[in-house]
Amino acid sequence: MKKKVLFSMKSPYREQLDIIGCRFGHGRKALAIVGAMRGNEVQQMYVCSRMVQELKKLEAKGRIAEDCEILVIPCVNYYSMNIGKRFWAMDNTDINRMFPGYDQGETTQRIADGIFTKIKDYDYGIQLASFYQQGNFLPHVKVMDTGFTDSELMKDFGLEFGIVRKPRPYDTTTLNYNWQIWETKAFSVYANATDEIDEKAADEAVNAILRFMDKRGIISAKTPPGYVTVIMNESDTRQVQSEAAGIFVSLTDIGKTVERGDILGRITAPFDGELVSEIRSPVSGTVYFEYHSPLINAKTVCFKIIK
Amino acid sequence: MIETVASAALAVNENLNIRKRRIQNGKSKNRLSLVTGTHGDELEGQYLAYMVGKYVDEHIDQFDGILDIYPALNPMGIDSITRGIPMFDLDMNRVFPGTKDGTMIEVMCSSIIDDLSGSDVCIDVHSSNIFLREIPQIRMSVPTAPTLLLYAKMMNVDFVWIHDAATVLESTLAHTLNSRGTKTLVVEMGVGMRITKEYCQQLFDGVLNLMKEIGMWQGETAPVREPVVSEGYEVGFVNSDAAGIFVPVADFGDTVKKGDHIGDVVDPLTSKIVEKVLAVCDGMIFTMREYPVVYGGSLLARILMTSGGEGQ
Repeated sequence: MKKKVLFSMKSPYREQLDIIGCRFGHGRKALAIVGAMRGNEVQQMYVCSRMVQELKKLEAKGRIAEDCEILVIPCVNYYSMNIGKRFWAMDNTDINRMFPGYDQGETTQRIADGIFTKIKDYDYGIQLASFYQQGNFLPHVKVMDTGFTDSELMKDFGLEFGIVRKPRPYDTTTLNYNWQIWETKAFSVYANATDEIDEKAADEAVNAILRFMDKRGIISAKTPPGYVTVIMNESDTRQVQSEAAGIFVSLTDIGKTVERGDILGRITAPFDGELVSEIRSPVSGTVYFEYHSPLINAKTVCFKIIK
Repeated sequence: MIETVASAALAVNENLNIRKRRIQNGKSKNRLSLVTGTHGDELEGQYLAYMVGKYVDEHIDQFDGILDIYPALNPMGIDSITRGIPMFDLDMNRVFPGTKDGTMIEVMCSSIIDDLSGSDVCIDVHSSNIFLREIPQIRMSVPTAPTLLLYAKMMNVDFVWIHDAATVLESTLAHTLNSRGTKTLVVEMGVGMRITKEYCQQLFDGVLNLMKEIGMWQGETAPVREPVVSEGYEVGFVNSDAAGIFVPVADFGDTVKKGDHIGDVVDPLTSKIVEKVLAVCDGMIFTMREYPVVYGGSLLARILMTSGGEGQ
């Protein structure tokens, strides 16, 4: 493994920001993996650190394919991580809304450009992604439907579900979208948690990425058998929203199979504890997202069900 | 008449309400909507909303039509000095048009659009952010310019910036309304977290003039200035390359030549100048850094390139 500073930026009051990449193997740019771009994406950084450990072992055993180079960037935005902020500490902009970046532009555009110029020529790209709301996801893989990435490739991860998302206008400045515009086959892997470490989900994400690399001929590795991935459009999943506000208690778990009408959660009044809403599943299926916070507003997505 | 445009229950004993005030008089059904407060750190529009509403109230006999004033699309943001929507870290101006069956904010954005649609003209007032001060200006994309420029010129702004269309901006309030046939002007003026009374007065004169031009106002109006109209390529961007404290030597509104000294980035620890900041083209400074701490890339100034000047 070779550690290299991919991009640096001076700060008026802190040590210089050095974005570190860990390179394995030599030759063709086969796969780039990007972890935390936001300050709360601790699980995403952790999964990358686990990948570095695995790749070190594989490299030592000569299991990285000839003419293949792998790059892992565990954390882009550790400045925000160190002070407990989600977005760029100075101006609250989101680096993952600045791609492909601009080297003469604003600070986070320059950071995005500094990273993107180093990762845009890889055959495959994997981003460890998070969701803007507090909650837990069943580990899954997602592609944005730009017409470039073949969604069938998601099966190589062996996760239970692969989801195809139709991009919205605000997606056009994300890393995943721009990777595809520059002809990198890009995937987002969701490893359940964000600002806390979920060891089981991290195991699953690491094995999924190793499985993908093995299937694509980038490494030779033995991994536990995966799922036969079910691929679906995001619009075919069912969002369940809270009809009331108050104190939220989930009565289910991610990964659980539920029947239409099953109770998924309860909302009680915050002052007197009266039940104000029972949240029932509108369809039969598998719970793949669960809201995770004691307080809930009305019309908040509290569960997502794969039918 | 005050109406609630959208409402949603918050977790503990409170509703999030987006409200508007409707002032109506006479027979005309012409409708002007004045909307602001999408970003919680932009306050110039608050004072403008107050001024326009108060003046029309006091001269209601000279008003003929419907004026809808929406002072706070993001009331929780204004209340907590948060640019985005508190709790979600979302920029509200990237959520439009919203959806009726979406999340709380998407539903509210959808209701806002439904309510604003059909206005003859909508004025969406912004005031930069806490980092930059802007000369009163209207921004529009190239595809909307043929329709909007006529109205922008009525608004007593100094500058109309016609910029290239960007896909990401399709999630804005203005794009959504313009694409649905409601003419929407985006005003930028002043600086975040502050009120600049002279700019509010300037825009106030512009709003009254626009109302007169579209037949909603019979009272006196002040003469309006002819704005400079720019294409995107005519704006020079000055970004910092160093980190430190920006100390300007040029003033907002100054006319400069390419290479003129407009400020320094200094290091308070070493007492050294780490970057001498120079104008990148001939022209007038219409955007100036207000917040002194800068990183590499921080925007320090925008210069409106005068015709025939030397650019980069």
